[in-house]
Amino acid sequence: MKILLDEEKCVGAGQCVLAADDVFDQRDSDGIAVLLDENPGEERLGAVETAAQLCPAQAIRIEKG
Amino acid sequence: MTAPALQIARECPYAPPAQHVEMRENGGVSRVRLPSGKEAWAVSRLDLIREMLSDPRFSSDRDNPDYPALTTEPPPPPSAGSRKLLIQLDPPDHAPARRAVISEFTIRRMAALKPRIQEIVDERIDAMLAGPRPADLVEALSLAVPSLVICELLGVPYTDHEFFQTRTAAILHRDTPPRERGATYAALRAYLTELVCGKVREPGDDVLSRQLAAGADTEDVVALALLLLVAGHETTANMISLGVLTLLERPERLAWLIADPARMPEAVEELLRYFTIVEYGNSRVATADVELGGVLIRAGEGVVSLSNTADHDPEVFPDADELKLDRGARNHLAFGFGPHQCLGQNLARAELDVVFTTLFRRVPTLRLAVPADELPFKSDATIYGIHRLPVTWDE
Repeated sequence: MKILLDEEKCVGAGQCVLAADDVFDQRDSDGIAVLLDENPGEERLGAVETAAQLCPAQAIRIEKG
Repeated sequence: MTAPALQIARECPYAPPAQHVEMRENGGVSRVRLPSGKEAWAVSRLDLIREMLSDPRFSSDRDNPDYPALTTEPPPPPSAGSRKLLIQLDPPDHAPARRAVISEFTIRRMAALKPRIQEIVDERIDAMLAGPRPADLVEALSLAVPSLVICELLGVPYTDHEFFQTRTAAILHRDTPPRERGATYAALRAYLTELVCGKVREPGDDVLSRQLAAGADTEDVVALALLLLVAGHETTANMISLGVLTLLERPERLAWLIADPARMPEAVEELLRYFTIVEYGNSRVATADVELGGVLIRAGEGVVSLSNTADHDPEVFPDADELKLDRGARNHLAFGFGPHQCLGQNLARAELDVVFTTLFRRVPTLRLAVPADELPFKSDATIYGIHRLPVTWDE
């Protein structure tokens, strides 16, 4: 799977980091989310889907396959 | 035909009013009459509230005369020259203002703050145990801990805590007359203006000084200080009191919870959902005609979010009226949704985790000093909670 993160939309709530801290992080400089792993293994699908669902800015998209 | 009056106070501390549940079961978008006599829409389903809070055509500007206030009289007009709070800003002004301060509240920053939160909690518990029994947990712990933490973060002297705590309570009390509410805001603004001007001359190691150093002007920093101070102590305080009460009332589940500290984060999340204390805080006013849940909302109409009712929807949270400490659901509205979702949510999570873990470990005989049905719940405030929580313990 491939993860697309829209940094422009991100509001820095940190929900993605709480859901999957091996995939998402927050930049120290401005708190905006960054991807640690753009192509995580399928075993992380559940956690990444949770991150996408919880993101208050709906800034995370998942391309499966 | 006039719309039914929106019931605002809870009948039961642990469940949404029957009227709100009925609205949720009847489509989730209902016409209601507000205490002011004006009509508005009430939205009571989680998916619809999320949709509304994500749609920029709904404004969160509380100075808009059409914003659905829950007070009987309209709020006072904004004082000239004072900047809007972050929670009132719409696009395109909101994003840059929020971005300027997010870095202060990241998960990493809050994790780094946890040892200091632990010290503060231990000091407050020491002081409570050294004092008379019974004690009011609200004063001894619930208000003290988040107030001390936000004071340190902002660089506000804690010695002034009575000043800002009583004024915050007056602002949040629904029956405070508009003139008095306006004067209370003005007093807080004047206090913070003096504080921020002091930081211009003599910067400290705090959020407000860093905002000034980054180029923010004094008025913007005052508005930020006002929001963070007001939002930063009363909300968490109410969750501490409600959480302690709820866990004391369920000794078996409390024993299960404290047997493994790793269970606490999920339990905190469930308590946040269960109480959803900022139950109307995500209200908006439409700036265009928008269809929501099959209902046409006209430009200029107010929409009240019934977030607590949405968070008790059994279709979203099975057995929603039951407290399940291991539920593991974070898709609640306790911190709102959309670009305004609570900036300090990870501070609140950290504070609640440390307080509950430490209090029940250090004071295992803690118990209520009055029957639970005599507790004064805050059915009269815009943020739910308890006014006083008398507790006692064995020496």
